[in-house]
Amino acid sequence: MSENPLPLEKENEVYSRKSWWGEVWGRLYLNKMAMAGLAILIILVLAAIFADAIAPFGYDDQNLNETFLRPSLSHLFGTDNFGRDIFSRILYGARISLTVGLFSVSISVVAGGLLGAVSAYYGHMTDNVIMRLVDVFLAIPGILLSISIASALGPGLMNMMIAVGIGSLPTYARVTRAAVLSIKEQEFIEAAVSVGASNFRVILRHILPNCLAPIIVQATLGVASAILVAASMSFIGLGLEPPTPEWGAMLSVGRPFIRDHWHIVTFPGIMIMFTIFALNVFGDGLRDALDPRLKR
Amino acid sequence: MFAYIAKRLLMMVGVVLGVVFVVFTIMYITPGDPAEIMLGETATYAEKETLREQLGLNEPFLVQFGNYSKNLFLRGDLGISYTTKQSVSSEILERFPTTLMLAVLGVAVAVGIGIPLGIISAIRQYTVFDNISLVLALTGVSMPNFWQGMMMIILFSVWLGWFPSSGFNTPLHWLMPALTIGTSSAAMIMRMTRSSMLEVVRQDYICTARAKGLKESTVIIKHALRNSLIPVITVAGLQFGALLGGSVITESIFSIPGVGKLMVDAVKQRNGPMVQGGVLFTAIIFSFVNLFVDIVYTYIDPRIRSQYSRKAKKGRKAPHE
Repeated sequence: MSENPLPLEKENEVYSRKSWWGEVWGRLYLNKMAMAGLAILIILVLAAIFADAIAPFGYDDQNLNETFLRPSLSHLFGTDNFGRDIFSRILYGARISLTVGLFSVSISVVAGGLLGAVSAYYGHMTDNVIMRLVDVFLAIPGILLSISIASALGPGLMNMMIAVGIGSLPTYARVTRAAVLSIKEQEFIEAAVSVGASNFRVILRHILPNCLAPIIVQATLGVASAILVAASMSFIGLGLEPPTPEWGAMLSVGRPFIRDHWHIVTFPGIMIMFTIFALNVFGDGLRDALDPRLKR
Repeated sequence: MFAYIAKRLLMMVGVVLGVVFVVFTIMYITPGDPAEIMLGETATYAEKETLREQLGLNEPFLVQFGNYSKNLFLRGDLGISYTTKQSVSSEILERFPTTLMLAVLGVAVAVGIGIPLGIISAIRQYTVFDNISLVLALTGVSMPNFWQGMMMIILFSVWLGWFPSSGFNTPLHWLMPALTIGTSSAAMIMRMTRSSMLEVVRQDYICTARAKGLKESTVIIKHALRNSLIPVITVAGLQFGALLGGSVITESIFSIPGVGKLMVDAVKQRNGPMVQGGVLFTAIIFSFVNLFVDIVYTYIDPRIRSQYSRKAKKGRKAPHE
């Protein structure tokens, strides 16, 4: 049967409309830059997952006979002041940076998104109170807010992710609020309310799924800035402490040696740049693909 | 117009009060005993207790907050630094000119690079130049500025020996920090100029200008550029505010004695009042800059301006935002 399907079925298959996500993917696929970004991201994620298998050395294997080695075949990116292999440390660092990026953005998306949604849905007083609060947080430059929160919470991976997450929360509240405002007046929401759906259900099941597009775009670009803020914080000594192979922390530790050993700070920085670059071009491509009208 | 400014100022007062509360609360819950930081670990319990009493640290949270706000708003007093025992506000004010200078230079770099490149890539859309500048812009945004600063130190100070790697005394010292802090803004301004320019170039009045037989350079500079710069000015202004906060990193790399470095050092020394003062000060300046940019924006755009005067003539309330 399967070899000779009915013509009608085949026709249906040919003319069946692609799903919305299918269309988005189709447009995204045509964007070379975005695909290049996606490819870099996939490589990074794989490198992070399989760091144990790929890395020639452990991230904390010291060898004091081999300090400050220049890049060579045995040490692709050279070694640092403790003779640790920089290439291996960078691979393990990908784990930390990606985790920090994803986790802190999740914090800001969930908390900021919920605040924005509640604010837009209930309107009036609730909206006013929440948005003035968001204004207050927006008035403090993001990195300073993260720095103050990090200094209150103390060092450590979890605390850093929370600090970075809270630092960018207000932006998500604003983006979600704008998206929800445009959805909430539509008829299917009225329909949901009139059949007796609770407010909570309306927000979670009917409104939020329909305003995912701008939130996803913001989140993709947000991962990039979260990684950057986290690296900056580690760089000024507020994030993760040595010997954690966080890229920003590696730059911070290598800084005293830049006069004689350029390679210590060069490679971690290049990795940060590649990651941010990939996330940015992918995010831009995603925005264009999700809403072709916005294409610049 | 006046009503709009007054309304915005009033809103800003609320925001500033909120910022004071938020920052004070964050610092209040920060662990570490100020008395111990100031007196050292060898101090006796009695000595620490006396100091705590003096500083009012034994009071309840709201009383402490009330005292802090009272001192701040009535006297501009931000407390006393735990480490130097000097007034926080005078230490910040002493260093602020350096940070301001850095931000101004950063914006100058951003505008000086961003606008010309943006214009050229718009009038040469889809050419090699446009593509190269796109890649440059993406790289500029993706580069962590602390890394860019270090790379410049390696190249220009260590290898070539052209510029000094730290300090902020002479114009020679300014170049690398200004480039470091301004690069990502330059990239943003460039993309903004390009897209704004492309939008304007498609308008009918540009066609009219060309049809009148004007030189292409006149069309671009007098007709297209002036209109397309309006959103760019807003972005540049907002970037200026952001650079004041972003100076934290750049000042640390180049050992520039500004407010940013003061804050970073204070965080490391657990010098609460200094961190609190620095964050508050920057946030307040940031809010002022943003307000100023908004006002300038409504003023320079003839379309918005006429809207206000028309509304005013009709005796209606000016629209906001």
